[in-house]
Amino acid sequence: MSIALHMPVLQVVVPLLSAPLAVLARRGSLPFMFATTAAWCAFATSIALWMEVQHGAVLSYFIGSWPAPWGIEYRVDRLSALVLLLVSGIAAVVLPYSRRSIEAEIPREQHYLFYALFSLCLAGLLGITVTADAFNIFVFLEIASLSTYVMIALGRDRRALVASYQYLVMGTIGATFFVVGVGLLYLMTGTLNLPDMAERLAAVRHTRPVLAALAFITVGLSLKLALFPLHQWLPNAYTYAPSTVTAFLAGTATKVSLYVLVRFYYSVFGESLVFRQLPLPELMLLLSLAAMFIASGIAIFQQDFKKLLSWSSIGQIGYITLGLSFDTVTGLTASLVHLFNHAITKCGLFLLLGGAVVVTGGSALTRLAGLGRTMPLTSFGIVIGGLGLIGVPGTAGFVSKWYLVLAALERGEWWLVFAVLLSSLLAVVYVWRFVEMAYFRAPPSDMPPRREAPASLLIPAWLMIAASVYFGLDTSVTVGSASGAAEMLIGVKK
Amino acid sequence: MNAASQFSYWATIGLMVAGLFIVMARANLIKKLVGLAIFQTSIYLLYIAPGKLIGGTAPIIADGFSIYSNPLPHVLILTAIVVGIAVLALGLALVVRIREAYDSIEEDEILAAEERQH
Repeated sequence: MSIALHMPVLQVVVPLLSAPLAVLARRGSLPFMFATTAAWCAFATSIALWMEVQHGAVLSYFIGSWPAPWGIEYRVDRLSALVLLLVSGIAAVVLPYSRRSIEAEIPREQHYLFYALFSLCLAGLLGITVTADAFNIFVFLEIASLSTYVMIALGRDRRALVASYQYLVMGTIGATFFVVGVGLLYLMTGTLNLPDMAERLAAVRHTRPVLAALAFITVGLSLKLALFPLHQWLPNAYTYAPSTVTAFLAGTATKVSLYVLVRFYYSVFGESLVFRQLPLPELMLLLSLAAMFIASGIAIFQQDFKKLLSWSSIGQIGYITLGLSFDTVTGLTASLVHLFNHAITKCGLFLLLGGAVVVTGGSALTRLAGLGRTMPLTSFGIVIGGLGLIGVPGTAGFVSKWYLVLAALERGEWWLVFAVLLSSLLAVVYVWRFVEMAYFRAPPSDMPPRREAPASLLIPAWLMIAASVYFGLDTSVTVGSASGAAEMLIGVKK
Repeated sequence: MNAASQFSYWATIGLMVAGLFIVMARANLIKKLVGLAIFQTSIYLLYIAPGKLIGGTAPIIADGFSIYSNPLPHVLILTAIVVGIAVLALGLALVVRIREAYDSIEEDEILAAEERQH
């Protein structure tokens, strides 16, 4: 009982503790064990939390027993429970994978540092999700980002350094914009506790500093979540980072920033301010469409499969923000479901690709030629994941696009349905580029005849792909919690 | 509010814009980081300056004092300074590594080196 009360804070403390432990242990497999155990603990805790808030309960935890709004409050509701589940689940699957994967990509003497960074990043991401204190979000955002920059720089290619530097500059600008917005809100309300801030904002909601805060927070977080056209850091960072880092980031980092944006829009500013007073929905609709078409279009012309998937991520983020721009329960549901489904699908794809890179030595499409014959399991998994990106019925991607279409129809926007279908056709084209290479080309002459990726890489990757199919068939978990969260967010502020 | 009382805001905005301009306009990786540091520092001012009340003292309850300055912004900015230093240190470390790999810290030269190679 007593430990159950502390679950919200344990989510963050356990991974945070495992980071220094991993550094102290240094050699052998202890750092790996610490990081993995912490991630599994976090996953178990988040399942328990998720079950507890299923029926609308909200768990509050006061750090050091200082009651809100004076102390820092950790708060778990249906929305944060879903994101916690996603982030810790992905970490729990990616970590066992990383052991074999980083052996091929990172010098042995740096392994313990990798695990420490991974734990720090996980602690930061979970902290962002669980905290109800605006400044605390910034601190966790920077913990997660700083460890991410280092993990990207661990990539073998020297371009990883430049990608990491660019991400550092863009990411810091984004985080600083966010903190300017928080500062303005603090000046106007005198509080940093999000629920308290929402209450006090009612009196000053139309003042200029509050609108400026909204603008700063929107732009800052859009940089972090790679909303078109603030996405320039993403393709190179994903492409040159070690495979396991890419898989983890693709599933979590941008998604958590999206969560913060949703949190600020609905729980702090309130939808009437965000969506009715300003042309924000129109703007977001436009940028989402641009992402869906331009980024997916660019993905088609990539020569490197990892870069192709990165550009596809930017396009898929467009679907998520498209759902957000509708400002309806269905739209928000679609957006949250796609956040979840796309995270799992893309993570699985990057994991499989990581396995292929270990065997073939590169992610260029030409290196992957004939993969259907040399690595049948890997390439079959990539095809299934690719079908998920397109949104073929039976995959998770279909469920979220279905809700997106429903939300568009609900508002009577027929042309948006065609836009979603058209941009899915672009996904067909870029997924086909892999299929053509893998199944209709002969393998490069220096490739071993038939060699599957090691089981320690295949199993976690296939687990993710299987999950993406499972959530395409059984939608009770994803759609159930997402629509519950959407109703909670929109209902409260009506 | 007259212009003088808004001085700290003008200073903040000036520093903020100057910092962002340096980040965007300079090709030298270290100069970019200097701009980033100025940009981040301007935020310290945004938080700290409004916390100061003229005639206010440190927030310790004592006889004869009734106006107190808000201590919270100082605490927040102490954290933000730590974050800023970490970002700057990591950025500079990356620049060292980039110089080792490319033999240059000019963005255009690095991009040109990539163009040649690929």
